[in-house]
Amino acid sequence: MTEALHIGSFVLRSRLIVGTGKYKNLEETKAALEASGADMVTVAVRRLDMSTPGGDSLIGYLKQKGYTLLPNTAGCYTAEDAVRTCRLARELGMSGLVKVEVLGDPKTLFPDVVQTLEAAATLVKEGFTVLPYTTDDPITAKKLEDIGCAAVMPLAAPIGSGLGIRNPYNLEIIRNTVSVPIIVDAGVGTASDAAIAMELGCDGVLMNTAIAGAREPVRMARAMRLAVEAGREAFLAGRIERRLYATASSPLAGVIGSKVG
Amino acid sequence: MRIEVNGEAREIAPDTSVLGLLQVLGVGDGPVAVERNHEIVPRAAHATTLVHDGDKLEVVHFVGGG
Repeated sequence: MTEALHIGSFVLRSRLIVGTGKYKNLEETKAALEASGADMVTVAVRRLDMSTPGGDSLIGYLKQKGYTLLPNTAGCYTAEDAVRTCRLARELGMSGLVKVEVLGDPKTLFPDVVQTLEAAATLVKEGFTVLPYTTDDPITAKKLEDIGCAAVMPLAAPIGSGLGIRNPYNLEIIRNTVSVPIIVDAGVGTASDAAIAMELGCDGVLMNTAIAGAREPVRMARAMRLAVEAGREAFLAGRIERRLYATASSPLAGVIGSKVG
Repeated sequence: MRIEVNGEAREIAPDTSVLGLLQVLGVGDGPVAVERNHEIVPRAAHATTLVHDGDKLEVVHFVGGG
């Protein structure tokens, strides 16, 4: 069991944070969340459907099971809309914990960092615990930390793309630049991607599509849990240096037969 | 009077409170948050806040998402 992750005043046992969208049905969602071992899950804020105002049975389940809900501002393209969405999320009885996501365009879903910085600044002033989805740019990450964000969440690749860790070097630089937790958010495709993120020294990984879109989501959820744990352990253990040539693992003395070289 | 709820025009009786509107919508005191003309109406004020002609309201809840 790896050590807990602290984000603001929140303490997470699992370093894997998962989304709750895109599953086939409620049963699959429940089983995948369980298998992931996550204790923080993301949810979206949406207009109530007036034709079926019965409420979302998933949310009741998540609250009952004690998951920490991380409301997101997915779909917002301006700081103003993101701030309004966060205020509504807080009013929904949650803690003031928010994932701020201000998108730049619908094709890449890359964040608009100018709008993100603006929204984050407003929300921090209003007492929110802000987790911003951002690019893998170390300068922006530092600015978000300076504003008072509780963590930074750089993308690994476009949302839902499954392209994996496209720029491990930037993630490493971000690791060396900020002291708040770094959560890789978006782009993970399979377990090794999550492990790489953790091996680079990131503090956690947030994903949705990689699990929900897998052929067997529950099995992939378990794979992701193991990968995040393995990657974290490997980071803490400290990997060996890369060498161009071999270094024998068995004693050189006492070998029978003829000598080479 | 005429208001807008979640982007759709609606007719409601004068002197309807936010709580009254939510009851008409079939939500009652369910897990929703309300914004009136871009300002949050806190849950504690739902019963005492009156909706005015021309108001734009958003009624939202949490759904699954990534």
